[in-house]
Amino acid sequence: MSKSNKTGKDRQNREQVIRFLFFGVALASITTLFLIALFLFVEGIPVFKEVSVSDFVFGKHWYPTDDPPDFGIFPLIIASIAVTVVSSAISIPLGVLTALYLAEGTSARIREWVKPVVELLASLPSVVIGFFGMVIVAPVLQEILDIPTGLNLFNASLMLAFMSIPTICSLSEDAIFSVPGELKEASLALGATRWETIWRVIFPSAISGICTAVILGMSRAMGETMVVLMVAGGATMIPTSLFDPVRPMPASIAAEMAEAPFQSEHYYALFAIAIILFLFTLAFNVIAEQFSHRYRQVGAATL
Amino acid sequence: MSMDVQDKKMDSINRKEGVQFRRRFIQAGMFSLFRISAVINGTALLVVVYFLVARGWHAINWTFLSQPPVDSMTQGGILPCIVGTLCLSIGAIAVALPIGVASAVYLNEYAQPGRIVRLIRLGINNLAGVPSVVFGLFGLAFFVVYLEMGVSILAGSLTLGALTLPVIIGSTEEALRAVPDTYREASLGLGATKWQTIRCVVLPAALPGILTGIILGVSRAAGETAPIMFTAAVFYTPSLPTSIFDEIMALPYHIYVLATAGTDIEATRPLQYGTALVLITLVLGLNLVAIIYRSRLRKKR
Repeated sequence: MSKSNKTGKDRQNREQVIRFLFFGVALASITTLFLIALFLFVEGIPVFKEVSVSDFVFGKHWYPTDDPPDFGIFPLIIASIAVTVVSSAISIPLGVLTALYLAEGTSARIREWVKPVVELLASLPSVVIGFFGMVIVAPVLQEILDIPTGLNLFNASLMLAFMSIPTICSLSEDAIFSVPGELKEASLALGATRWETIWRVIFPSAISGICTAVILGMSRAMGETMVVLMVAGGATMIPTSLFDPVRPMPASIAAEMAEAPFQSEHYYALFAIAIILFLFTLAFNVIAEQFSHRYRQVGAATL
Repeated sequence: MSMDVQDKKMDSINRKEGVQFRRRFIQAGMFSLFRISAVINGTALLVVVYFLVARGWHAINWTFLSQPPVDSMTQGGILPCIVGTLCLSIGAIAVALPIGVASAVYLNEYAQPGRIVRLIRLGINNLAGVPSVVFGLFGLAFFVVYLEMGVSILAGSLTLGALTLPVIIGSTEEALRAVPDTYREASLGLGATKWQTIRCVVLPAALPGILTGIILGVSRAAGETAPIMFTAAVFYTPSLPTSIFDEIMALPYHIYVLATAGTDIEATRPLQYGTALVLITLVLGLNLVAIIYRSRLRKKR
């Protein structure tokens, strides 16, 4: 009797240890996130000995290799925001409409074919999209619109849109799909058409999920590197038209890191840009998290 | 008088029909808009794949796949890049798989909903949202410089591993959720401990789903460029890697280098198309396998 008690205790102890081990490993993601933030700050902060935070963020000139160098990333920030906004203008309607099509507008058989297409679109490597934009889309744009270069804000936004559509589409579809069937049936029973049901009932119930999807899609567009590196044109100026070449933050980091001497001011400055970029995407993600948490989808309206 | 009433009735019927017509018209219009956007997405994928296949397949032959680049990368093949990408993807999975599966097991099997779980989930979601170039910088600062790994397969694999972690956690959790609770209850009812239940019942049942996650993770790691630019990949190395501390060439980075900084950018176009075609064949192929496999699994349930 006492022996079996002892093995029982052993078993329990072992279970506790295993549980604790799993807990430890589960903290890996948040540890990694913390390490990323830590190392960005450690390597990025030293640049602020040379230039004040406000000069860095609002300075209009980025000439990191000049003597004396200028570390103003305002044009880079504006470029990042510009490509994100323009690409969202394309990707949000396309993504949400495709999601509505998948969830409400078609038969299960067609959905089985269209959904994988969207997933495959999501899996296209960014360098391939960038390459495509560079060698196929850019010459076409240049020819048709008669502009000096096809590598510009518009081209980059177009390519980014096709990278964020799958994110927006599949997350929105999940949200739309999880609207309770009762709501839809009630609306149809009252004589509403399918479109009226979608517009007045399904869309409002799924809006929080759709907003989350849109924000995550925008965050993806802002952080995407290879596309803007290869397609955006690379000029560090504040764009005045849709067809100006620009240099968003990720492009600057990726293009200049190889040339920046180790632990030079330029090196620190690039890490500081990464801090700004990291904070932007972190903000996007936290907002998305809040949306999905606070405005949680309402269940069926049963009494 | 009665004519008047008749007229009014007709009038109202007509108006009703008008409204009905308008409602149907709007519906038809919106539904075609849905269809058009879906078609645009499909077309985008087709156009990208079409151009890469049409212009890339001439470049692909046995020499291209089995030889290293020669003549300052204007001739020859891409063998070192293929090998490099395989090393990096396998390395990334070797890092992400144990950590990812264990995290998912904790979240799905052990954890009680609460503050800590929400924090961990917040961490995972935010990790998934970190821009790839930031992963690259982190890898450079932490693995390459601070841990003194140098530009190497190891540093690149660890960086890519951190990046694929959310993918693995996500698909493992989905796989675990799909295991019916009755399995767990039966095992616990037979006197198995929680850990025995997870190891002998839950994980084997979830294995196919986890496998899908592995495939998706490999394809994600294979296609990423920015995280390996400063941590693992170089313009050119003459030899294949012999240890995990070697620097390597990789397919995505090779495309970028040839297309933007190559010796003769126009003349090497066929090589660029060929490399891009090999990369998307690898990535889309893996994804297709995962998608088909997953849809089979879902049907079985």
